[in-house]
Amino acid sequence: MAGTGEGKKEEADYKRMNSFPLIRHTDMPEEMRVETMELCVTACEKFATNNESAAKMIKESMDKKFGSSWHVVIGEGFGFEVTHEVKNLLYMFFGGSLAVCVWKCS
Amino acid sequence: KPPEQLELTETELKEEITRTLTANNPHAPQNIVRYSFKERSYKPALVVDQMAVHFVMEGNLVYQDSNEARRLEANLTVCFPQVTPVEDGAEAEKAGEEYRPDSAASKADKKEPKVTKNQFNFSERASQTLNNPLRKLPTEPPQRCTFSANANQWEIYDAYVEELQKQEKNKEKQKTIQLKKDGDKKKKKMMLTETQNDDINKVGKVAKIIERMLHQNTFDDIAQDFKYFEDASDEFRGQQGTILPLWKFHYDKTKKLSVTALCWNKKYPDLFSVGLGSYNFTKQGRGMLVFYSLKNSAFPEYIYPTSSSVLCLDIHEQRSYLVAVGFYDGCVAVYNLKREGQEPVYKSTAKTGKHTDPVWQVCWHNDDMDNNHNFYSVSSDAFSSLLACGTSMDFHKQIDYLFLVGTEEGKIHKCSKTYSRQYLETYAAHSMPVDTVKWNHFHPNVFISCSSDWTVKIWDHTINTPMFTFDLKAAVGDVAWAPYSSTVFAAVTTDGTVHVFDLNINKYEPLCQQAVVAKHRLTHIEFNPIHPIIIVGDDRGYVTSYKLSPNLRKKQMKGQEQPKGPEVEVVKMEKLLSLLREPEQNTV
Repeated sequence: MAGTGEGKKEEADYKRMNSFPLIRHTDMPEEMRVETMELCVTACEKFATNNESAAKMIKESMDKKFGSSWHVVIGEGFGFEVTHEVKNLLYMFFGGSLAVCVWKCS
Repeated sequence: KPPEQLELTETELKEEITRTLTANNPHAPQNIVRYSFKERSYKPALVVDQMAVHFVMEGNLVYQDSNEARRLEANLTVCFPQVTPVEDGAEAEKAGEEYRPDSAASKADKKEPKVTKNQFNFSERASQTLNNPLRKLPTEPPQRCTFSANANQWEIYDAYVEELQKQEKNKEKQKTIQLKKDGDKKKKKMMLTETQNDDINKVGKVAKIIERMLHQNTFDDIAQDFKYFEDASDEFRGQQGTILPLWKFHYDKTKKLSVTALCWNKKYPDLFSVGLGSYNFTKQGRGMLVFYSLKNSAFPEYIYPTSSSVLCLDIHEQRSYLVAVGFYDGCVAVYNLKREGQEPVYKSTAKTGKHTDPVWQVCWHNDDMDNNHNFYSVSSDAFSSLLACGTSMDFHKQIDYLFLVGTEEGKIHKCSKTYSRQYLETYAAHSMPVDTVKWNHFHPNVFISCSSDWTVKIWDHTINTPMFTFDLKAAVGDVAWAPYSSTVFAAVTTDGTVHVFDLNINKYEPLCQQAVVAKHRLTHIEFNPIHPIIIVGDDRGYVTSYKLSPNLRKKQMKGQEQPKGPEVEVVKMEKLLSLLREPEQNTV
């Protein structure tokens, strides 16, 4: 029992240690990508417990900065298929267990 | 009953009186008489006016299209050209009326044909709502595309782990490359190729395994035969045996080439190499070096195209990834199977002393004192300044410096590495070029030779004359000793037959004589070091594998014990030889 408890702790530590943002797929230009990634990280850290608020924050900022009709999904387990405008998609992992998908489609 | 009622009898009451209703006026007189002056008499009027007028009222409506109405209208406009408000209009009409005494037109009458509007309490306002101008669409909307993925915990975990591994690799590379001059460039290159290779390699390995599985499934019966089939009919065949065909190895691009060399790999007993080229001296083109595995007969494991025909090859005993190859154009080359790319690691050129004639045999030897890899090559060009030209060669298994050379003239020379100018011994073996000489695997004195003069001869190197001679009725392309017995050997001939002999059982006749290919020459044969199979190459580029039936694989005569060990083989051979020697000794 103690062993498994320790194991879990190690896992959690491992995740925290390796919780750098990892971009899985994107076709954004360099600048946009960096900005969006940082925005996502900020939002997820700020609203660590509430995915909806984090997503809301990301979406509204993206709308202001890059034009209308952005969509944001944050979660730990989901599958998706979306149509997005070319060069306006970012799919990344963060925090060891969160996946964020941001795309534009008006 | 009222008193004035008419009293009728019963019959009169029941009497039915019909009354018809007509349009005739009942009050209209029916007996009007008129005086006709013409006839000067009273005449009854035939037609009486039936109309009864109940009510008459003179109205004041004038039909608008009638002449009177038109006249009225016209007069109205003449007098009062404007369409004036009602009150004025009414006065005008009154004035107008005086001019036309006959009309009974009234106000209402005149108003109706004309639509007049009161400016004070009747106002007309027309307006149209603002239609939004049609938005002009841009010529092309921004391009869209679809993206789909699955976000699971395990995918995230895997991605992180991969990333960490990559980072670690990068760090290691950075440390090692820092020392080199063009470190940056290399790092980039390595990164690029690695990422590409990783993907391909992962698929490649798996694909290879699946290919082999498919192959095994497709050729399931052959695989079963290879493993388990033992020809039971051998018991009834006495001493005769058979060879059972197994896989056929063929590569498209070798169609026009002959198999010129075969060699099994000692480390991986399912891998063998095939050298391809042409024995036709007039038609010399390219050649190929191909490696097959028994596990996949459909496609070679390694392919090396060469510019000249391959005539011989040898795989190093310990370092089984090194292959020495001799070419028709006199070059020798060494290929490293571990390296990628199709170029040999080493190739002799005119400068480095290549032969001027085709290289007929190459042979790996032990590493010399400097740990260099050594191999020997035999070629048709002047062999160590003597006139004879070599066509085949073999090193002794135990005695390091001793080797045999078979020549074009049919002689066999026993030579030593230390004496490069002299033969230790010469045997007048054949009348035509010696195709193959091979030492026996077990008995140190015995070797076998075959030639295009249709014969196979077995020798004891201490004696000048052959111990056994076999006439196979066709030019013998190749002969090979079996690795498991000192008395078994196999030969292939140009008529497409494989002959298997076991001297222990039958000293004069083959145990198996099987026609394998029709119309094509068999060029080479080799025994597998471990499995009871042989591979046979022919002049079409085909290599076929055969399984030896139990009769051919006997190590001992029936009924005897089965002691193991090479000494037994030696003893066996010695027995045979002594039988032959004794009569000689007696005669001598």
